[in-house]
Amino acid sequence: MDRLTTPAIKPYYRPAKDTQPPSLYEAYRATTKRAPRRPLILLPHTLSEITGPVYGHEKIGEKDNDLTAQHEGEPLGERIIVSGRVLDSNGRPIPSALIEVWQANSAGRYKHAKDQHPAPLDPNFSGAGRTLTDQNGAYQFVTIKPGAYPWFNHYNAWRPAHIHFSVFGNAFITRLVTQMYFPGDPLFEFDPIFQSVPDEKARQRMISKFDLETTQPQWAKGFKFDIVLRGPEGTPFET
Amino acid sequence: MKPDTDLIPTPSQTVGPFFQIELTTDEHCVRCIAGPGATGERVWITFRVFDGDGAPIDDAMLEIWQADSQGKYNHPDDPQPTDPEEGWVGFGRLATGGDGSCLLETIRPGCVGYDGVQAPHLTVAVFARGMLKQLYTRLYFAGDPANDQDPILSHVPAERRETLMAKPSAERPGHWHFDIRLQGDQETVFFDV
Repeated sequence: MDRLTTPAIKPYYRPAKDTQPPSLYEAYRATTKRAPRRPLILLPHTLSEITGPVYGHEKIGEKDNDLTAQHEGEPLGERIIVSGRVLDSNGRPIPSALIEVWQANSAGRYKHAKDQHPAPLDPNFSGAGRTLTDQNGAYQFVTIKPGAYPWFNHYNAWRPAHIHFSVFGNAFITRLVTQMYFPGDPLFEFDPIFQSVPDEKARQRMISKFDLETTQPQWAKGFKFDIVLRGPEGTPFET
Repeated sequence: MKPDTDLIPTPSQTVGPFFQIELTTDEHCVRCIAGPGATGERVWITFRVFDGDGAPIDDAMLEIWQADSQGKYNHPDDPQPTDPEEGWVGFGRLATGGDGSCLLETIRPGCVGYDGVQAPHLTVAVFARGMLKQLYTRLYFAGDPANDQDPILSHVPAERRETLMAKPSAERPGHWHFDIRLQGDQETVFFDV
């Protein structure tokens, strides 16, 4: 494999032990039929891994990052502003990163044919948005706080309120799909999806923080959510 | 050594059962990687995804990344001296349907010649409910003479290489099939990247 290692190919850091969920986590039942049983084959990073779709000229609609402004009326629920930065693990901001989000409405219902939870749909809320990070890796969404919702994983199972995030970094292997949670949710300890990440500090990374600075008086609460993607080796951020 | 500024990357969480409302709307699905001007051999690949019971997975999302017909990636970190073709994207995103399948139109990529010659291949990332993180695999074209020298394939036990081979359709020229099996005797090779 040595011939693949050339000066121009900068491999990416691999996640430290227990900071990512395993594929198989039996408490989350659906993983038992969808997790590979054979060990993954270690792949050295080649051009195919360290490249990936780069955005910046992607069409983003004016209201794509304001989920409260996509319909004639305003959606019901608690208005929030979610903002933060996308960084790599070296602390370097990632500009022009495409972020896509989707979420349930304030009653905990997704606008999706497969969601039959008996909670009302909101005609003024679709629950989907996208944006690009700016030159400092910063982004912002305006939305409403999603409700918790029941699922069938185990008896009386409820997902903690969350917003799904999909992020593209600089490489196909830095691709991240995750969920942003809200601080202090009493459902964390019962949720196998949240609990699937063994490392406590890594789990905390998925919980947004209430932020008074970005809270707007008489209008919306602010939550901060920084997203960290794997960074390339050997390039610590120089300040 | 990792630098002191090292930050723990955000953990992955499942894409869940409702990703279609954003990620694979008609507008955001990318079923064709190659614009009308892209040169090379046009191919249509039918992917199918199966779970551990051999049942088709109807709520998976596939993302594809590949080089153009000259083996060039549309990315600033590709040091190969050619330019990517005009209008070439190289990225595709598809949702599987009721029978666990989806169809991608693309160009058969060239050999990636920079860091050891890699045979023509697509990188494929698989996402679904019940998957806490995406799995990466590669699609190679069965019968391609470059496969024998491919440094990644040579790293895969010979008896499992078949799982990485797309098979040509006997009836329809230019059409290929690629099955992704998450478990079982024919479990697809997935890579730790």
